[in-house]
Amino acid sequence: MRTVFKTTYDADINLFRHGPQAAWYGLLLVLMLVIPFMFDDFWIGEATNMLIWAIAGMGLMILVGQTGQASLGHAAFLAVGCYANVLLQEKLGLPFILSFPLGGLIAGIAGVLVAIPTTRLHGIYLAIATLAISILADDLIVIAEPLTNGVIGLFAPDIAIFGVTINRYGNPDLFYWLVLAITLIVVLIYRNVLRTSLGRSFAAVRDSEVSARAMGVNVARTKAISFGISAGITGLAGALMGHFAGIFNNETFNIIISIQLLLMIVIGGLGSIHGAFFGAIIVAILPQTIAIARDQVTGALGLSSVAIPGLETAIFGFILIGFILFEPMGIYGRWIKIRTYFELFPFYRRDMFRRQKSYLKTERMR
Amino acid sequence: MSLLEIDNVTLRFGGVVAVDQVSFSVEEGEVFAIVGPNGAGKSTLFNLISRFYDPAEGDIRFDGKSILSLGADAIAGLGIARTFQNIELFEQATVLQNLLVGRHRHRKSNLFSQALFLPSVREEERQHRLAVERVIEFLDLQAYREKYIAGLPYGVRKVVEMGRALALEPRLLLLDEPASGLSVEETQDVAFWVEDIKKQMGITVLMVEHDMHLVASVSDRVLALADGKMLALGTPPEVQNHPAVVEAYIGTTDANEKVPA
Repeated sequence: MRTVFKTTYDADINLFRHGPQAAWYGLLLVLMLVIPFMFDDFWIGEATNMLIWAIAGMGLMILVGQTGQASLGHAAFLAVGCYANVLLQEKLGLPFILSFPLGGLIAGIAGVLVAIPTTRLHGIYLAIATLAISILADDLIVIAEPLTNGVIGLFAPDIAIFGVTINRYGNPDLFYWLVLAITLIVVLIYRNVLRTSLGRSFAAVRDSEVSARAMGVNVARTKAISFGISAGITGLAGALMGHFAGIFNNETFNIIISIQLLLMIVIGGLGSIHGAFFGAIIVAILPQTIAIARDQVTGALGLSSVAIPGLETAIFGFILIGFILFEPMGIYGRWIKIRTYFELFPFYRRDMFRRQKSYLKTERMR
Repeated sequence: MSLLEIDNVTLRFGGVVAVDQVSFSVEEGEVFAIVGPNGAGKSTLFNLISRFYDPAEGDIRFDGKSILSLGADAIAGLGIARTFQNIELFEQATVLQNLLVGRHRHRKSNLFSQALFLPSVREEERQHRLAVERVIEFLDLQAYREKYIAGLPYGVRKVVEMGRALALEPRLLLLDEPASGLSVEETQDVAFWVEDIKKQMGITVLMVEHDMHLVASVSDRVLALADGKMLALGTPPEVQNHPAVVEAYIGTTDANEKVPA
């Protein structure tokens, strides 16, 4: 096991705890960068999809994992970001480099506006209120037809940055690198927020509102900021989803997406950036895995391939139940245990993590 | 001028008068203790000062200014820190993070510089850490710095909570039963710490405590409450021997009263 001998306060402030850790993440980044050279367009698309989900997951993670406020309405912010980004390009002729951050900003403002009335609620009541937001967004897209083209939907234009045209199908490698760069920026902002007073006030609100107030944390304001940052990042993911899907309508961001997003970060592991990525991997590879497994099974039985509606959702549900029962800390929690096992080998004890098997307040219904 | 003035404060919960026309003032630099049986209104008084409750009547002044128009989250900004009777720490965070939350009122950077983690933010973080390290050293919490609260024993949590309040660099420290549930040795530590907080740091301490031995050894003045009313106010020996206090704790001293068979 590695013991870091700290000689400065910066050792706890820096992004990486020690050199080798930085090297491992550097290696991961290099691997991510060379994916377009190693795989065909299909897998580049899958990797892009995974990163977009990871951005959306990080957005929701700030709210649920760090600040402890449940939200079942984040598809609404995906929609706001997506529509704002495309409409700013189509109607106002703004370039992507402006419309994209503005789309995130508009989603963030929408998040703050939603937070002001809803964050007075706790636990299941907040979940219901945000659920209503998600349903409302779906209907609003249909009602605002002149702008959003209703159920017919909108086409996302090609992205043009500094004279380079990026299209998901035309040059998937460029689109992948663009998404990767945005992912890195979001991770950096997320980490920066966590290591400052803002991130600590999020944790304070999550763990004890009473003592957060006694320490001078304005709880309503902190929740609104958290909602804003969360919705903003989710909006960025929504804008990328629009470009990734090419065409989108109200159904693209329906209530199922909201629920899937929340389940994703619970399975990945609440309260960590890793959790958002692990969850995104599951969400991205699950449909393909199910399709391949289905073909294998039906092929082995000599049947023609059949599509079973709802199979994906059902399997996702079973995975979630499994995690809540056996690993409430999610995939990231399991990963830490496996890593500790090897670091301490052969001295790992079975009950080493028993005390830490506690739930975040988010999951408790108050 | 007194640091904290409680002026004729009354609080009712429905028909129950939890605090009944209580008036006292805490002078700068003293250790002021509030004692009384369960349900006397001690913690309620604390919650009034930290603005979790609004008094029905009366006024609470800090440094000469009424604090009744302020919200609970503005109290820390004045330099009033508190602990809770039933420890209220941030369970899913480390001791270090808990103490750093205490520094919240001293933050200078805004949202955008924090998101970008500008060099000024890094410098500010170092300063917060330095302040927190002083508290860690003072309370001997070095061994627990990186530990999560959820896994800490009760006695340590109690100390961490006091540390979090001290990290705020308060002018007035409210300690709600700092020694409840602690062993004899730990209580002794608390006594030394309270003494040092007063003498070395110059922080005024207002505490609620049941342990009369601790109260007598550290406090300059004591207020005895029962059923929300003031019984006695004075030095520890004065209050301990006050007839009304003896009656509230032990019962009447009247020899002629009939003892039920």
